[in-house]
Amino acid sequence: MAVGLDFNGTAQQVNNFVSVSIQFDKPGACKARGSDLRVHFKFIKMKLDTSGLESTAPFFGSSNELLDGFSAAPFFEVPNTTNFDGFQKEAIQMVKPAKGTTTLAFIFKEGVMVAADSRASMGGYISSQSVKKIIEINPYMLGTMAGGAADCQFWHRNLGIKCRLHELANKRRISVTGASKLLANILYSYRGMGLSVGTMIAGWDETGPGLYYVDSEGGRLKGTRFSVGSGSPYAYGVLDNGYRYDMSIEEAAELARRSIYHATFRDGASGGVASVYYVGPDGWKKLSGDDVGELHYKYYPVTPSTVEQEMVEVAGA
Amino acid sequence: MARYDRAITVFSPDGHLFQVEYALEAVRKGNAAVGVRGSDVVVLGVEKKSTPKLQDSRSVKKIVSLDDHVALACAGLKADARVLINRARIECQSHRLTVEDPVTVEYITRYIAGMQQKYTQSGGVRPFGLSTLIAGFDPYTCVPSLYQTDPSGTFQAWKANATGRNSNSMREFLEKNYKETSGQETVKLAIRALLEVVESGGKNIEIAVMTKEHGLRQLEEAEIDAIVADIDAEKAAAEAAKKGPARET
Repeated sequence: MAVGLDFNGTAQQVNNFVSVSIQFDKPGACKARGSDLRVHFKFIKMKLDTSGLESTAPFFGSSNELLDGFSAAPFFEVPNTTNFDGFQKEAIQMVKPAKGTTTLAFIFKEGVMVAADSRASMGGYISSQSVKKIIEINPYMLGTMAGGAADCQFWHRNLGIKCRLHELANKRRISVTGASKLLANILYSYRGMGLSVGTMIAGWDETGPGLYYVDSEGGRLKGTRFSVGSGSPYAYGVLDNGYRYDMSIEEAAELARRSIYHATFRDGASGGVASVYYVGPDGWKKLSGDDVGELHYKYYPVTPSTVEQEMVEVAGA
Repeated sequence: MARYDRAITVFSPDGHLFQVEYALEAVRKGNAAVGVRGSDVVVLGVEKKSTPKLQDSRSVKKIVSLDDHVALACAGLKADARVLINRARIECQSHRLTVEDPVTVEYITRYIAGMQQKYTQSGGVRPFGLSTLIAGFDPYTCVPSLYQTDPSGTFQAWKANATGRNSNSMREFLEKNYKETSGQETVKLAIRALLEVVESGGKNIEIAVMTKEHGLRQLEEAEIDAIVADIDAEKAAAEAAKKGPARET
């Protein structure tokens, strides 16, 4: 048997508990035989009910919390989300700096070709059109910059120091394998601390041309063709289509230049100047640095179109 | 722990490190060891003291490999040698891991010498009581190398050298008789040097040959006996030749 009660009461929130005081109008009104007293409360605000986790209700900020951690009631708001399992990953993705750039490198018969754009962007704002994204580690090794400019520059210079020390100690140059391994180990030790580096180490050592991709997650891959950055899908399309192992240096340079140009055409975060470097047995050499705007008109020259209709003055009024 | 910071190796008034010199004495009491570098091999030889009957002779290895292409022979305190060899082996693998390259012989020698030096300049420790002969081939080049380290922490490259008991006589012999050799000739030279101070016979000598292709190879007792017999025959022939012409005239 259910009994409905009218009550004048107050619902008061103390910490995470809602205390309800009930006053009965008429004494003895709830005397009922063999009935259960069910009380329904409607909670307006959703709070994580942690009453099961503790035994006593502490006052907010009381010294009880400091002395006895077990009985302190954890007080936190559940985040306003539907994706309870993945919201942390979403947060990381939100703050992760996107590598707004296009860099590429590939090995061919004559050596390694390295190319990059030169645009730096902060969200939608183009902060610079003339950034040097190909970093000279030493006379026979190059590194490319994608991700955080400061991170890339600093760690590449640091790698240059380590390579030089290795040379002095061992009386022979460090291999591209060794250099990339040193950088990858350093980046791995900073994993999770917010470094953003997506770089390629290209060079020529005793075993011939070498190309490695190293990133701030600690990954390191050996390969013959890489492109890194937001414009990389577009660059890959052109690069993979036109790549042949036995190209001449000029052909390879033109392929690299065109790949960068096409990436800058479609990707908003890439642009500026397409620089192309070549790494051969005697070290690296800068081949060209062309403004991509000019490259566009070189590849797609404007043809003067015939005038379809000439506008003539209408005679009279 | 502060009690153990007092340095044991301190300078004497006339600039000697007596602990290091005493360590060299310990080396001089150790078994004889010789190393000879040829054009395509490096040979390490060690005097084998007679093993007691019940001892398993295979457990006493005097010439050890640090990696596929580097080997080490030493004279002095064998327990110190074990510690040094273990650390060197770890360093060889660690180098392979960090730069994906095997160590050069000079690199690992520098590492071992550096460790020996550290123990002459630390508190509460004594120097390692051993000198090592390190032989090997550098990766990617076919150049054979032979290095020697000593308790003071210095290292040098040698064409041929000896350490341990009676090393002076062995070195004198090598200085007189060294010439550029290859293959089996280098092995013979090493054995001849060792025979100057050691009783003749395969069971008293341990020889290992390091080549570029096959790495370290320990010679069997029978092989050593055969070479010793060769050497004896040559010696006899030389003696006879010396006596022969003299009689005729």
